Amino acid sequence: MIQITAEDKLQMLYDMLLIRRFEEKVESLYQQGRIHGTMHLCIGQEATAVGACFPLTKEDKITSTHRGHGHSIAKGTGVKGMMAELLGKETGYCKGKGGSMHIADLDVGNLGANGIVAAGLPIATGAALASKMKNLGYVVVSFFGDGATNEGAFHEALNLASIWKLPVIFFCENNLYGMSGSIKEMVNIKHLSERAKAYGIPGVTIDGNDVIKVAETTAEAVERARRGEGPTLIEAETYRWRGHSRSDARKYRTREEEKYWRNEKDPIRLFKNRLLEEKILTEETYDEMEKKVQDEIEEAVTFAEKSKEPSLDSLTEDIYA
Amino acid sequence: MREITYAEAIREAMSQRMRADEDVFIMGEDIGIYGGAFGVTNGMLEEFGPERVRITPISEAAISGCAVGAAMMGMRPILEIQFSDFVVIAMDNIVNQAAKMRYMFGGKTKVPAVVRLPSGSGLGFAAQHSQSLEAWMTHIPGLIVVQPSNPYDAKGLMISAIKNDNPVLFFEHKLLYNEKGEVPEEEFEVPIGVADVKREGTDITVVATGIMVNRSLEAAEQLEKEGISVEVIDPRTLVPLDEKTIIESVKKTNRALVVYEAVQRGGYGAEIASMIGESEAFDYLDAPVSRLGGVATPIPYNPKLERAAVPQVEDIIAKVKTIMNL
Repeated sequence: MIQITAEDKLQMLYDMLLIRRFEEKVESLYQQGRIHGTMHLCIGQEATAVGACFPLTKEDKITSTHRGHGHSIAKGTGVKGMMAELLGKETGYCKGKGGSMHIADLDVGNLGANGIVAAGLPIATGAALASKMKNLGYVVVSFFGDGATNEGAFHEALNLASIWKLPVIFFCENNLYGMSGSIKEMVNIKHLSERAKAYGIPGVTIDGNDVIKVAETTAEAVERARRGEGPTLIEAETYRWRGHSRSDARKYRTREEEKYWRNEKDPIRLFKNRLLEEKILTEETYDEMEKKVQDEIEEAVTFAEKSKEPSLDSLTEDIYA
Repeated sequence: MREITYAEAIREAMSQRMRADEDVFIMGEDIGIYGGAFGVTNGMLEEFGPERVRITPISEAAISGCAVGAAMMGMRPILEIQFSDFVVIAMDNIVNQAAKMRYMFGGKTKVPAVVRLPSGSGLGFAAQHSQSLEAWMTHIPGLIVVQPSNPYDAKGLMISAIKNDNPVLFFEHKLLYNEKGEVPEEEFEVPIGVADVKREGTDITVVATGIMVNRSLEAAEQLEKEGISVEVIDPRTLVPLDEKTIIESVKKTNRALVVYEAVQRGGYGAEIASMIGESEAFDYLDAPVSRLGGVATPIPYNPKLERAAVPQVEDIIAKVKTIMNL
């Protein structure tokens, strides 16, 4: 079992809070017309990102999804470059050319968000293959949503990674909906993790809003992968508080359901209370943490707004190596 | 110089690069003991072993993405798609992933992968195993598209493709696999983006791709007997296209015909024809730039119909004569 120190726990809480405040700021900047396009917010899902990235080293890799801001922050991608990217600035991680759905930071092992559902799984499998062939020792965590489990790429990648025993962890954030489609109507099984059986790998369903549980479960899968025993499928049950994207009126779910997840299953409040009980945290230190997070976000916004737009010449740069 | 086949040339290029660079490996369906559907990888499993000759499940969506991920992490995968028609199952990884990764990520990654695509008609494989889909790929910024027409170019272009830091779509023609030609034994590169004048002539420029290069050369030989001097240019690389060599030739001959096997409508020949029309060569033209491509039909099974679906030597001769007003 992985050891999680008090210091680790405070860092995890900080990261979760940073993700939430980042998303809230992004939402508000969008509403003010300062960010254009669209974005997919992960408010309510902070524990999956932070928990799953906790056992990873900087050398380990992740592939992310369209709802990827949390994964990026949890893997160590800085909010300044992320905010600059969302504002389309040249100081953004993608020089303003990727935007919300394509944030990547290879220096910290973040192989990128992806606008195509389930596309990250085969790519993660390939990155894991490189790790194995070059004996590099890193593992890859591939994040994807419940909707991705009905894509062919999901099934093909699980099978391929299994037969080649690749060091990859398939991490499903089951937030109950693929855009408007309830996963209950889209599959005829109780738990998505049951699908692991078909590929001869372990599959487990956990509470995705319990960051410690997520970290422990992922750590176990990471150890298995490092031992050369192959992939694991983790299904973490969670909930996105906001709609799918900015255009979503959320007609497909009830306000009661949303209220339940917000009031009873808020991963940050649950973890905060746990740390208060464990006397690792006090209301005072929490307020200090909150302040620090706010400062970091404000600093990111200032950095982004002061940054330059990419030059028109950059339109055709970086198409070919 | 010794002669080897087109298939042997491709195998030799891959093997030489694999001996020289441990990051190069091949993956695909049935590429082990079987040697691939066309025998291109014969003997490679025995030499390099199963770690570097990775026999995959029939999972084009996964293996193409796997190649992308491995390439991003420093490997140089060569992926064999058994028939180029099956690439449609791998299209997300080629079009949305491999081609765009570098751009989307602000230049912070590269995807040095080669995708081998046995294509073309003429073997009776019918509609789902005989297509020429290269134009789809040429439309996507971020991809390099090559189409060798003989063993020498096949080897040289494969060496260049493997060394290139971008995704390269390598269109092989199934009818050419057993064609022999002179090929140096040592490693050499045919540079990406450089066309080759396969035959010099003065009356008309025929720009032909893939197997149509061979048919155009045959047509040129026959036309010479009738007093028509045909210059045959093989772009070899579709993207990037060596426009200069084509333009210079048309300025000299004053006439241009583009010959390609793919369906004429929306094919890459249309791009070449437009490029000529928009270039300085326009002022030198004595006739409209013409295309001769495949009929807009799925490739049929019946041999007579299959033959009629794509340009043959006699079609090229007839088209040249029409352009020459003969």
